[in-house]
Amino acid sequence: MVTPAAARNAELMELAQEVKGRSLWVDARRRLYRNKAAMASIAILAVVALMAIFAPLLSPYSFNAVDYNLVSCAPHWWPDTTVMCNAGGAHWFGTDSIGRDLFVRVLYGARVSLAVGLVATLVSLVIGVTYGAVAGFAGGRVDSLMMRFVDVLYSLPFIFFVIILMVIFHRSMVLLFVAIGAVEWLTMARIVRGQTLSIKQKEFIEAARAAGLSTAAIIRRHVIPNVVGPVVVYVTLTIPAVILAESFLSFLGLGVQEPLTSWGVLISDGANQMETAPWMLIFPSLFMAVTLFCFNFIGDGLRDALDPKDR
Amino acid sequence: MLSYAIRRILGAIPTLFIIVTLAFFMMRIAPGGPFDSHRRLPPEIEHNVEAAYNLDKPVYQQYFIYLDRLAHFDLGPSYKYKDFTVAQLIETGLPVSAQIGISAMLIAIILGIVLGTLAALNQNKASDYSVMSLAMVGITIPTFVTAPILTLIFGVYGLNLFGHEVTLPVGGWNGGAFKNMILPVTVLALPQIAIIARLVRGSMIEVLHSNYIRTARAKGLPRHLVIWRHALRAGLLPLVSYLGPAVAGILTGSLVVEQIFGIPGIGRYFVQGALNRDYTLVLGVVIAYAALVIVMNLIADILYAVLDPRVRFD
Repeated sequence: MVTPAAARNAELMELAQEVKGRSLWVDARRRLYRNKAAMASIAILAVVALMAIFAPLLSPYSFNAVDYNLVSCAPHWWPDTTVMCNAGGAHWFGTDSIGRDLFVRVLYGARVSLAVGLVATLVSLVIGVTYGAVAGFAGGRVDSLMMRFVDVLYSLPFIFFVIILMVIFHRSMVLLFVAIGAVEWLTMARIVRGQTLSIKQKEFIEAARAAGLSTAAIIRRHVIPNVVGPVVVYVTLTIPAVILAESFLSFLGLGVQEPLTSWGVLISDGANQMETAPWMLIFPSLFMAVTLFCFNFIGDGLRDALDPKDR
Repeated sequence: MLSYAIRRILGAIPTLFIIVTLAFFMMRIAPGGPFDSHRRLPPEIEHNVEAAYNLDKPVYQQYFIYLDRLAHFDLGPSYKYKDFTVAQLIETGLPVSAQIGISAMLIAIILGIVLGTLAALNQNKASDYSVMSLAMVGITIPTFVTAPILTLIFGVYGLNLFGHEVTLPVGGWNGGAFKNMILPVTVLALPQIAIIARLVRGSMIEVLHSNYIRTARAKGLPRHLVIWRHALRAGLLPLVSYLGPAVAGILTGSLVVEQIFGIPGIGRYFVQGALNRDYTLVLGVVIAYAALVIVMNLIADILYAVLDPRVRFD
């Protein structure tokens, strides 16, 4: 026997099934798709990333093959014909000061720069999210102590400490990843802590606690998924900051070592040769500037898409 | 008020202390002594050298010796510039760095405020968009790209200004001549102008929409007075708290700028010291810079509390 109330209930449930609610993420994705600057940036970044991945297939030259017959030679299409020599062939971006193909080197530089950007950001993400979530969730004295520590670190010009690290321990890629990541986690920790503090007050956390979930499980299952939005935005803004930090170190001669290269190293070499071989400065600078632009546009786009005030 | 300031100053001391401790022990765990050379020294001489730099004592004693010297502003001898102490090196570089840094900072603040306010007053108009896209360029393109490119344009190719060929010097200091300062200061100021303009625009837009501005308008105050007397005051507050990070940004930028333009400031000593593994020099500069940033943060905090009546001193 089905009571009328139960029947009505079932009917409503059915209706609810049909009207599929739009989640925050579906909404955000739609808004992001409408943002032309962000979408164009994603496309450009994808092209740069693919070119970096398939670099060896895109050019007949190796990234460290030296050709002393073609030192600092202009690409064959270079408009200024007063240059010392013309590289010709498939040296689309010309050659560097010891005759290596610049096009391949710019792409290999992209590999290193993008890899540092991703790995160091991941390091900062793990440290920052864990630290912030613990501080925000613990609250009270633990929280204020932990955040005081972040404040202290915040007031330091931290790139200097990275430089010391790079000087003291021999420059290695792994150290570069860790050192830069260890610097960039502070803002992440602050953001996550703020979010955690506000989420902590919500009823569903109380319910989870009442159901007997451990603190670790609550942080993992309920707190972290809810802070993902702002974290994603900040991650897209951290990646360019990290790429910048790495290039900065490499520019000063404290980052990646020969024959490996990164955009910072290439720009540094280019700056030394800019009077005679401006292409050595222009191409790596262009790639780096465009990449940084793209990440910033995506970050801004994501922020607009995820901002609940905008709805 | 005074007690707030005192508490903030006391709060800065542990920060400085942590930096010094961190810096000292980083120096100690560095592999290899500073005087390792290709030639092995006879043990007696090696012992003498170590004794001269107190390296033969236990680490904790060295730490207290370092702290004691630091309290007297003695940062120890440079390992590479044998006849100089770190303090002397910093003394020679500081005026030069300060001259560029302060000029860049002043230009950045003035231009940043003007551009940011202009953009805020013309929100969503062409001038707003052009200022903001320029700011985006200023933020994303790093100093080590702008410096060589500006040098290429103004230094190497030269600029044709009203029929005069203007070529700026691409490097050197020349005792701080105006011409030599133009390029480094511009490069240093550009990203800060961009950041400050964005900051000011954001806060000015918020302030311009607030009720007391509407009141000021409603009582018939002319537009320039509303902006000058009411909006700017509140709109520029966030700029005060940006002072600390701005100094840190200028210091970081000065590393590159001094290197590229060959300016004999602290930043150049720092980079050379880092490349030469001159630990004492590097750490001395870091401590000096960190102290500077902490002091700027402190000043900014106190200034903020003085300027903003909403901040309570508790």
